[in-house]
Amino acid sequence: MTEAEFIEHLHGGGQVEAGDWMPDEYRARLVKFVQMHGSSELMGVLPEREWILRAPTLQRKLALTAKVQDEVGHAQLIFRVVEDLGKPREQCLSELVAGEAKFHNVFHYPTQTWGDVGVIAWLVDAAAIISQKALLKCSYAPYARIMKKICWEESFHILHGRDVVLTLVNGTEAQRELVQEAIDRWWGPLMQFHGTKIAANDDPMIQWRIKSQANEDARQQFLEGYVPQIRELGLTVPDPALRRRDDGVWEYTEPDWDELKAVVTGHGPRSAERLALRRRFLEQERWVREAVLAA
Amino acid sequence: MIVWEVFRQEKKGKPFEHAGSIEAPDAAFAEAWAREQYGRRGESEALWIVARDAVHEVHDFPDEFDLKYRRVDGYSLKARLKEARGRVEAGADASRAR
Repeated sequence: MTEAEFIEHLHGGGQVEAGDWMPDEYRARLVKFVQMHGSSELMGVLPEREWILRAPTLQRKLALTAKVQDEVGHAQLIFRVVEDLGKPREQCLSELVAGEAKFHNVFHYPTQTWGDVGVIAWLVDAAAIISQKALLKCSYAPYARIMKKICWEESFHILHGRDVVLTLVNGTEAQRELVQEAIDRWWGPLMQFHGTKIAANDDPMIQWRIKSQANEDARQQFLEGYVPQIRELGLTVPDPALRRRDDGVWEYTEPDWDELKAVVTGHGPRSAERLALRRRFLEQERWVREAVLAA
Repeated sequence: MIVWEVFRQEKKGKPFEHAGSIEAPDAAFAEAWAREQYGRRGESEALWIVARDAVHEVHDFPDEFDLKYRRVDGYSLKARLKEARGRVEAGADASRAR
């Protein structure tokens, strides 16, 4: 198969299996993208992990622990996909703790209050599930297949987050403020989450059919789905320019792309601290991996 | 480490479908990981956990002799069906004319 035939195969809706021939560029882009997803799942548990011991009830503690277990499980499945593409999991992990592997911007920020935990589980997971649902159509079939399980579990996370937020907004004035302050803090990173407005035709990830949705389409879908849900709870979105046009397109203040770039290259408010924690645990738990391998 | 392919059955009577792969040193560990990944919420009826090396995979199905007489696309009926229908109509017209 030539590269031209491969692209024709993809554009006709064709998929690729692990053992199939693929152009080097396709493999390289796939590895980079899927590895970033795996790193994000693994780093994404850290903001929530900080609240397991401080969860307000036993039920919340158990639910949060289950969510953390889910995300680590996603990282395992995703790194397995990367491994089949030629990069071993050990290498993914060492690149991550060395600060050489990127992960999503939202996991570089602090989790200041229980309100943040609710907003992360609800809105960050909502933003993530929009991208992940689009990945069900990824041209690389082994990745698309595990996305089924991942999306299924993410729907539970969103519900859990919404439950936390609903409990707070139905509580005291102070609890409502907790949620509003968390939304104020997270709105900027949420609007940056899906990336710059690169057109589908210019996006090589879409041309290779690794992604099937343009960044801006994902953001519009997020706004359309969740702004009404935020407002119906009496909460406000901290963007005076936010407006739904008659044609259904949402207008908003241009996200701070410089902030996004700085944060994902390891200069976020919690980047160094979280990577240090991950590095410490990777070292500390080495004996477990060795014991398993020796079994 | 061994790579294990996991197939899951969602409901009784449904086919087993490939769900993903896991890495484990032996079958007991593989089962533990697979249970955690694909069974802990009762989402599966059963799992098949198969060492990747044990899967005998076949890819190519060459048709050197072009045996299309045993395929649906080996039969093009359209033209002859039209001819047959035309014959019947012509026969009916002829008998009406008599």
